[in-house]
Amino acid sequence: MENANSKSDLQPVLEIRNLTQQFGGLRAVSNFNVRLEPGGLIGLIGPNGAGKTTVFNLVSGFYQPTSGEILINGINTAGMKPHQVTGLGVARTFQNIRLWNDMSVLDNIRVAQHGKLQYGFFHAVARSGHYLARERQIEDDARELLEVFDLQDYAEEFPKNLPYGTQRKLEIARALSSKPQLLLLDEPAAGLNSADIHELIRLVRWIHSHFDVTIWMIEHHMDVMMELSSYIKVIDFGETIAEGTPAEVRNHPAVITAYLGDEKI
Amino acid sequence: MLKRYSIQLILVACGGLLTYVAYEELVSLYLLSVLMFMGVNVILSTSLNLVNGNMGEFSCGHAGFMCVGAYVSSVLGVWLFAKDKVFGPPVLPPELALYAFPLVILAGGVAAALAGLLVAIPSYKTRGDYLAIITIAANYIIISAIENLGVIGGSRGFMGMKSVISSMEDVAYLPWMPIWVFSFTIFCVWLIRRYVSSTFGKGVNAISQDEVAAEIMSVNTNKIKTITFMVSSGLAGIAGGLFAYILGYVNPGSFNILKSTEVLVMVYLGGMASLSGAVLSAIAFTILLELLRPLQIIKWVVIPLLLIIVMQFRPEGIMGSRELSDIFPWLKRFYRFK
Repeated sequence: MENANSKSDLQPVLEIRNLTQQFGGLRAVSNFNVRLEPGGLIGLIGPNGAGKTTVFNLVSGFYQPTSGEILINGINTAGMKPHQVTGLGVARTFQNIRLWNDMSVLDNIRVAQHGKLQYGFFHAVARSGHYLARERQIEDDARELLEVFDLQDYAEEFPKNLPYGTQRKLEIARALSSKPQLLLLDEPAAGLNSADIHELIRLVRWIHSHFDVTIWMIEHHMDVMMELSSYIKVIDFGETIAEGTPAEVRNHPAVITAYLGDEKI
Repeated sequence: MLKRYSIQLILVACGGLLTYVAYEELVSLYLLSVLMFMGVNVILSTSLNLVNGNMGEFSCGHAGFMCVGAYVSSVLGVWLFAKDKVFGPPVLPPELALYAFPLVILAGGVAAALAGLLVAIPSYKTRGDYLAIITIAANYIIISAIENLGVIGGSRGFMGMKSVISSMEDVAYLPWMPIWVFSFTIFCVWLIRRYVSSTFGKGVNAISQDEVAAEIMSVNTNKIKTITFMVSSGLAGIAGGLFAYILGYVNPGSFNILKSTEVLVMVYLGGMASLSGAVLSAIAFTILLELLRPLQIIKWVVIPLLLIIVMQFRPEGIMGSRELSDIFPWLKRFYRFK
């Protein structure tokens, strides 16, 4: 699908070239390359500490890469702050849920549209017509999104009072409220029981078809990966050790070694 | 209709009553000044609550910004509208003071907002305890700077504001100070409420709860921090200006860390991130201070002790993060507190 060699006319949603991230003496990500075409659902796997989340943190602008380039819709994100990167159409969730717990569910969705408020402090204080129109629009969008995710009953609830699975769902909904083109899911199935995992698989598949969004997902549950992604990259110690379709990756010797250790003694 | 505008009607009625009472001298000057300090304290506690409550930072240099506002509006007012031994004759006809007074107070607020950058810029990289230390430093920098400015009196203080007020009264005899303190108090609370209830202003709460998530969810955290610190310190500056004109005299010593602590006590007593809590606790605290006045210096043993007790038994403050309407739901019929 997106082999580096394959020529394509489509502008990639995300293109990473020779990305390297050095933390002191530790090379967390080394010479990483990827090209995500619009509409894909791609996986990123690797053992613990392989550098998966670091890649996501680099893409979302949380770290500045030591070297290499990240292009989102063809725009180089070098030197950008995370909120600017988000403005280019990237949204993400976190491995450990990071909702704003003392704000209502509705407000969580509303504040996530901060990047496209189109009004500033003085409009807010003066309650100008423009402000009121925008606020109404934002609230309508938020309520609609909650309805789409079947969360409308929780609109006034605090996220901390919701069941864990619902919090996961809410975090994904919050990420989608900025209408991103690229959605990064960092271990969405972490901490879920098997019933919730099935629910999640359905949810991700539904999001992928319902929203016009490219999804890149880190996940440890191989069944989730096998079910959902069409293409998987495997990294270990910051280096790409394998890539291909789920079936190819599953039987790749380097992957088996990375996950299970070297069997030759 | 009546319900919709009930809060506005109540405020207008209160303002009218206050003006009438002050005009007819129905209450003692002492009581009137307590009422005015109440207004100043409401501004101080609500504005500090914006940073310490809503944004979750710990600013303990609020009096520093109050000091900037107090000095800028005092010096400006005296220079423009009063005869002074340093500045000589008034630059503008003193009658104009009547109209220019709110602008003079606002100028103090603007200057204090700019001084707020002293804290806002370090807050991009620093937070928590370290930022708290920076706010203390900012308080000291401001006070020391003014103590060393001999032109405006240095540590001896600055006066002459009374003549600005009396030239206002010469034009139209009305209790101008109570009127302006009341108006500015309403203005400040109104401004903060509109700010924090907008989606834009809710970014402030998002920063307090998870700054990383806020930044990644497209909140320009540096911009929001700058605006919030500037609004907070600007309003403190307005409070400082009013404070200076009520007393008719300012000296840098009255804006030291003790004054900042006093404001902190009000905020923590009322409850974090609760606007109505901050208003109520400022009112209660002012009354309490006056009731404890006979204790003299022991007052400062009783009040901190009170804070210890509150922190022990109600660490979230009297109101917590709730607004008045969460406690008395029937109030919602008249006014949406959030």
